Amino acid sequence: MTNVCYRTLQFDEPWTLEAYESVGGYQVLRRIMQEKTPCDQIINELKEASLRGRGGAGFPTGVKWSFMTSASQGAKYVVCNADESEPGTCKDRDILRYNPHQLIEGMIIAGYAMGCTSGYIYIRGEFTEPFARVETALQQAKAAGLVGSNILESGFDFQLETAIGAGAYICGEETALLNSLEGKKGFPRFKPPFPANVGLYGRPTTVNNVETLASVPVILEKGAKWFLELGKPNNGGTKIFSVTGHVNKPGNYEVPLGIPFKELLELAGGVRNGNKLKAVIPGGSSMPVLPAEIIMETDMDYDSLMKAGSMLGTAAVIVMDETTCMVKALECISKFYMEESCGQCTPCREGTGWLHRVIHRIENGQGKPEDLDNLVRVAKNIEGRTICALGEAAAWPVGAFMKHFRDEFAYHIQHKKCLVG
Amino acid sequence: MAETELYKLTETMCGEIDQWIAKFPPERKQSALLASLHIVQKETGWLSTAQLNAVADYLGLAYVTVYEVATFYSMYDLQPVGRHKVHLCNNISCMLNGSEKLSEHVKAKLGVEFGATTTDGKFTLKHAECLAACAGAPAAQIDGVHYENLTPEKIDKILDNLD
Ligand SMILES: Cc1cc2nc3c(=O)[nH]c(=O)nc-3n(C[C@H](O)[C@H](O)[C@H](O)COP(=O)(O)O)c2cc1C
Ligand code: FES
Repeated sequence: MTNVCYRTLQFDEPWTLEAYESVGGYQVLRRIMQEKTPCDQIINELKEASLRGRGGAGFPTGVKWSFMTSASQGAKYVVCNADESEPGTCKDRDILRYNPHQLIEGMIIAGYAMGCTSGYIYIRGEFTEPFARVETALQQAKAAGLVGSNILESGFDFQLETAIGAGAYICGEETALLNSLEGKKGFPRFKPPFPANVGLYGRPTTVNNVETLASVPVILEKGAKWFLELGKPNNGGTKIFSVTGHVNKPGNYEVPLGIPFKELLELAGGVRNGNKLKAVIPGGSSMPVLPAEIIMETDMDYDSLMKAGSMLGTAAVIVMDETTCMVKALECISKFYMEESCGQCTPCREGTGWLHRVIHRIENGQGKPEDLDNLVRVAKNIEGRTICALGEAAAWPVGAFMKHFRDEFAYHIQHKKCLVG
Repeated sequence: MAETELYKLTETMCGEIDQWIAKFPPERKQSALLASLHIVQKETGWLSTAQLNAVADYLGLAYVTVYEVATFYSMYDLQPVGRHKVHLCNNISCMLNGSEKLSEHVKAKLGVEFGATTTDGKFTLKHAECLAACAGAPAAQIDGVHYENLTPEKIDKILDNLD
């Protein structure tokens, strides 16, 4: 395996400054500070590496950073999104716990490249252990003169602090996160204006995922070409896949983008008990499910999954074997989005409730034949009608389950029981 | 408000809150609100109105601002809770790996439904949303600590060891 974000994992105490420095940690920062590398050069390197956002949307990181470089006086911020809450996703937690210094180095470089004055690492409230690891690492970095005023005597000042959430999936959405960071409830903001223009405290801000930021030092160390060629054109580098569900060896696998699903499944020990594969959600529970026939022929990268009718999302690969009741699976997923809708937009607040109630009644043998079309209709009416993408996150699973497994829902309604088990 | 007089933040709390205030620009004390509520909640496991008001006064915020935040986030308890908080994840990866059976087991063991506290005031049982521990499903958070790959036997041991 090629480790980028998990490159300290072989050590007993991978989170220490010594462990990180022993794999070349902070060398890139030292070089940049010494050479005063032009910001454009760093940003171009990320563009050439084809690094795309690891938080779910896959937006090219270099392009995102270039929105920030327009001259603007005063405070500018870079914020790390460590809210990781999309069901199935558990990759950032391990970067925070096992390689916090690499995230910190990535953030300082991001701050430098975008001309930011400060940064915050917003960590979800439930992350007790990860928070402690990041906080300790940050104190070590400060003591070593790597963060703060006049970093490594370069004249560059960059303040970096941790911040904490308190239990709300919506705060992973970047503008809700900014409101939360301001001490408010996590309601997403209207866009435009985008955070690059009006972000934290009304100042230009860039929000990036943990894995995105932690990839930066390695890209700049080994070069854009190296990173790009790990993956595929337009899908550069490695990606951490959280493989969970019905596999023998669930876990986080950091492997090149474009790995065939078949190989990834093998890495994760194959389907449990030698069972037959039924379906896979390839990118966290909000992404469209794919039946076994399709996913077995698909490569795991942004573009291939899009072509196959789903999305890479957070690369949380949820594996379901032949014993899985698809109605029950969707009921579980739809309940989450109902619970976590922030309630700001009517289509999402009301629609997620309707979706869950209808799926719940089908699961409990009280479904009606017209429910199937109604589910699709309600989902369609949420999509595109909300301030943030939680609406889509709730609607897409419904659309895809109905597209690929409609018969199973119909069976449930007709026979008042599961097709399986 | 009469209630605020009933509660005074301790010196330790104020010290910890001050450290959080220092992380943000001076005119942005509100940014320390979420952390402040966590700090005060450590005392009894939940937040009373008097405590919310005390935090509001300390940060110079309107009471309603603090109520709005305290009611929005799931980690704040605004009703008395048991000495130990047991939060079981029932999201998709955990569900696929037997979280329902585990939930039934814990409900029977403690004799309470989700959202309730045992009569002896020892445990409050709740659902957790995905804890980002999905590769260790089924997962739970108990008193702020993650537990993974749980089985009925394993969680019995954990719960039996709490006083
Ligand atoms: C409902 C919702 C929840 C999200 N949760 C997260 C999250 O937990 N972590 C994350 O990095 N991005 C999350 N995102 C995506 C962010 O809005 C944002 O696109 C991302 O942090 C940008 O970073 P990137 O460009 O490095 O991927 C979420 C988006 C939505 C709509
Ligand atoms: S689904 Fe239970 S921890 Fe993620």
